[in-house]
Amino acid sequence: MKLDAKIPSGPLAQKWDKHKFDLKLVNPANKRKYDVIVVGTGLAGASAAASLAELGYNVQAFCYQDSPRRAHSIAAQGGINAAKNYQNDGDSVYRLFYDTIKGGDFRAREANVYRLAQVSVNIIDQCVAQGVPFAREYGGLLANRSFGGAQVSRTFYARGQTGQQLLLGAYQALSRQIGLGKVKMFPRTEMLDLVLVNGHAKGIVVRNMVTGKISTHAADAVVLATGGYGNAFFLSTNAKGCNATSIWRSYKKGAAFANPCYTQIHPTCIPVSGDHQSKLTLMSESLRNDGRVWAPKKKGDKRAPGDIPEDERDYYLERKYPSYGNLAPRDISSRAAKEACDDGRGVGETGLGVYLDFGDSIKRLGENTIRERYGNLFDMYEKITGENAYKVPMRIYPAVHYTMGGLWVDYNLMGTIPGLFVLGEANFSDHGANRLGASALMQGLADGYFVLPYTIGDYFVTGKQPKPNPTAPEFTKAVNDVEALTKKLLSIQGNRTVTSFHKELGHIMWEKCGMARTEKSLKEALQRIPALREEFWKNVKVLGVNEELNQNLEYAGRVADFLEFAELLCTDALHRNESCGGHFRSEYQTEDGEAKRDDDNFAYVAAWEYQGQGKPPVLNKEPLVYEEVHMSTRSYK
Amino acid sequence: MNLTLKVWRQKNASDTGRLVTYEAKNIIPDMSFLEMLDVVNEELMQKGEEPIAFDSDCREGICGTCSMVVNGTPHGGMKGTTVCQCHMRHFKDGDVIIIEPWRARAFPVLRDLVTDRSSFDRIIQAGGFVSVNTGGTPDGNAIPVPKTDADVAMDAAACIGCGACVAACKNASAMLFVAAKVSHLANLPQGRVERERRAIAMINQMDSEGFGNCTVTGSCEAVCPKEVSLDFIAQLNREYGKAILKNRMERKLAGGG
Ligand SMILES: Cc1cc2nc3c(=O)[nH]c(=O)nc-3n(C[C@H](O)[C@H](O)[C@H](O)COP(=O)(O)OP(=O)(O)OC[C@H]3O[C@@H](n4cnc5c(N)ncnc54)[C@H](O)[C@@H]3O)c2cc1C
Ligand code: FES
Repeated sequence: MKLDAKIPSGPLAQKWDKHKFDLKLVNPANKRKYDVIVVGTGLAGASAAASLAELGYNVQAFCYQDSPRRAHSIAAQGGINAAKNYQNDGDSVYRLFYDTIKGGDFRAREANVYRLAQVSVNIIDQCVAQGVPFAREYGGLLANRSFGGAQVSRTFYARGQTGQQLLLGAYQALSRQIGLGKVKMFPRTEMLDLVLVNGHAKGIVVRNMVTGKISTHAADAVVLATGGYGNAFFLSTNAKGCNATSIWRSYKKGAAFANPCYTQIHPTCIPVSGDHQSKLTLMSESLRNDGRVWAPKKKGDKRAPGDIPEDERDYYLERKYPSYGNLAPRDISSRAAKEACDDGRGVGETGLGVYLDFGDSIKRLGENTIRERYGNLFDMYEKITGENAYKVPMRIYPAVHYTMGGLWVDYNLMGTIPGLFVLGEANFSDHGANRLGASALMQGLADGYFVLPYTIGDYFVTGKQPKPNPTAPEFTKAVNDVEALTKKLLSIQGNRTVTSFHKELGHIMWEKCGMARTEKSLKEALQRIPALREEFWKNVKVLGVNEELNQNLEYAGRVADFLEFAELLCTDALHRNESCGGHFRSEYQTEDGEAKRDDDNFAYVAAWEYQGQGKPPVLNKEPLVYEEVHMSTRSYK
Repeated sequence: MNLTLKVWRQKNASDTGRLVTYEAKNIIPDMSFLEMLDVVNEELMQKGEEPIAFDSDCREGICGTCSMVVNGTPHGGMKGTTVCQCHMRHFKDGDVIIIEPWRARAFPVLRDLVTDRSSFDRIIQAGGFVSVNTGGTPDGNAIPVPKTDADVAMDAAACIGCGACVAACKNASAMLFVAAKVSHLANLPQGRVERERRAIAMINQMDSEGFGNCTVTGSCEAVCPKEVSLDFIAQLNREYGKAILKNRMERKLAGGG
């Protein structure tokens, strides 16, 4: 496989403008001759579907929820970055670009990240025009807050519901096009396969989740915007339905999968309270501005936190990272919490938790100030745990949150299968080995509003593919394959539920390929995952029939994919003999426990290529060539 | 704790449906209501019985997917809380819990507790947007928006479209949902341009979907997990009234009928 990133030549700052000029255009009257499938209606998919329809393309959009308004993007809390420099504090496109490249531990593509920073300013304008109720100052202008990994204030927000408001903006733009008949929307419809004709992506196979009917849709191009794969770990901050099915099955049709081992674990989530737990809830990073993180010094200390005297507490972040203290970056804080718990000093019933203590801040600022700053988070914490964090410290623990890896795409956001475009969290493009806060929303909307609408036309003009014929044998075969898979899932009638397999997989992934990975742990995972998968296909119990609303069957298909995908994730983690960003291999650390990159050997994107069932995938490398930035070591001491 | 559940089971849209009794055993106070149902479902499946179908996704109270009536109240009756955020520590050993789907003509049951709320989407498609295309928009700070306007717009925009307001209303009216969107956009300069057209189009669509009339009983506000205020219904009525009036005047001026 040849990986051509199609990065335009010329100076970094002019690449995108030059490229836009060089791209072939489809004239307005011809656009309505092209059909586009968009799978996923989160920020990336909804913005793309609406923008393409506005241009005149005929769009078919799909999501698994009952409404496009419910995509997982809705749950984003904190905010969205943009290089507006409204605060006059020294921000610029270049600074946002640099922060993102550095935050990603120098494992992202320069040209993509620069473009992201450039279009970030247009996103805010677009959202304001749509009626997104961003926070305002008394003078009527837009307000900003600060976020991790940056020294400027460039994060735009709508209370603690930024994702919701941005998604509603995109959903409303999409709804307008549905009303105008330019988008045909298929909610409660799950993509189960990608159809290739003549090597190009020309359609998909879907299942109607109400009737069970399996059908095909044909188009001139297929866009995947189906989100991340964090749920491979079972417990994560993702929504229950988030899955890897569309990207995984496209991988099996030939789309390269890039950097699957880059996963982000967020340090401040509400800890697991028991085996019944179905998901984890994020507590915003901003809490660490006023909360102090600590664990007891003594192992197995079961005293109530208030009974542990000051000199028996270990404020380990302040101790280890005196200059950043409690605001040490996500990956480092997460690993430090794990260390304390592994050492037997974790708190709470499970011993997997540390304290985030507001006692000192309340003493200093008063309870009211703390309530003003974080009241909604304290309320949410109380709903879930039943504890009042004004009186007792919060218990927190790291959790899987975001996935930087995804399908490989070139500068045009096209994968290695021509005609297959991948947007948002589903692609690997902009965050390298670690994503900065408030940058995922920015990337999703950049891809959908401002990149794909330019690049897709060029494919239509230069690709010169005939209109796909939905009765072509490729479509029939894909339907048959999907039906056979469904039949198989329903026929096993074993003894174990789908959930029990998913939980066991999650446990393996978390223990062996979570915050810290070693050659040994990864090799163990690579033994256990195939064994678990084998058992799944012999012993899973899926009830009911296909021709009905069958949530258990939907779930079984997703878990079947996670059971395959997890192996690729671990394979990638095992091959990457370095630590970078969210990928921490314990063997590769500096003396003081920091991630140790190996730029000589690993400054590349790992793009994995499927070789068929039971065969090891082939590794393709896209070298990361830095023309502008010098790769340096991140230090947070 | 151990609980007795009476759960609405209905195979599909044409089945008549019935309440079926289940025992929920060894429920831990830290479980969410939906995790309690997960436990019951795991047990049912172990026994070879089909699990109870219910909708959920984020389980954080923001996506609006979860939807069930618990002991007669949508979302279970905890103030400002979706059922996915309602935890079992608010129940006690031996409780009998009745669980039913949203009931409204415009929300037909698809299976068990799962309903079809696409009527809400069609209301938005009729006019719940600002008609701007991507690109060519003015700078975000070109039009200052008074902070109080932005705050009120945000209060309305907080609606998660779950449909609890409809499920709680004896007339199955969708007024609070429509009011939230109309008010969100009418309070911002960007949305004001089309305010009349929007109010009329959304109300017309609401009526054609088979939602009932609003008699301002306030039951919607009481169950709304985002505490969207009844005041927005008053604003909707004003918006709609003004829009109708303006429409009539314009028609007169144009010499039309
Ligand atoms: C709790 C939380 C808080 C966050 N806060 C922030 C923040 O403050 N700032 C920030 O920048 N980022 C944040 N993020 C990250 C960010 O929200 C996501 O990365 C981003 O929203 C992903 O958008 P997306 O459009 O790529 O995918 P999603 O929003 O996940 O949408 C996926 C879409 O694909 C559809 N889909 C999936 N599979 C299929 C299938 N097989 N068939 C059909 N349809 C399918 C779904 O229905 C959905 O419509 C947060 C994430 C979490 C979990
Ligand atoms: S599941 Fe999202 S609001 Fe309850």
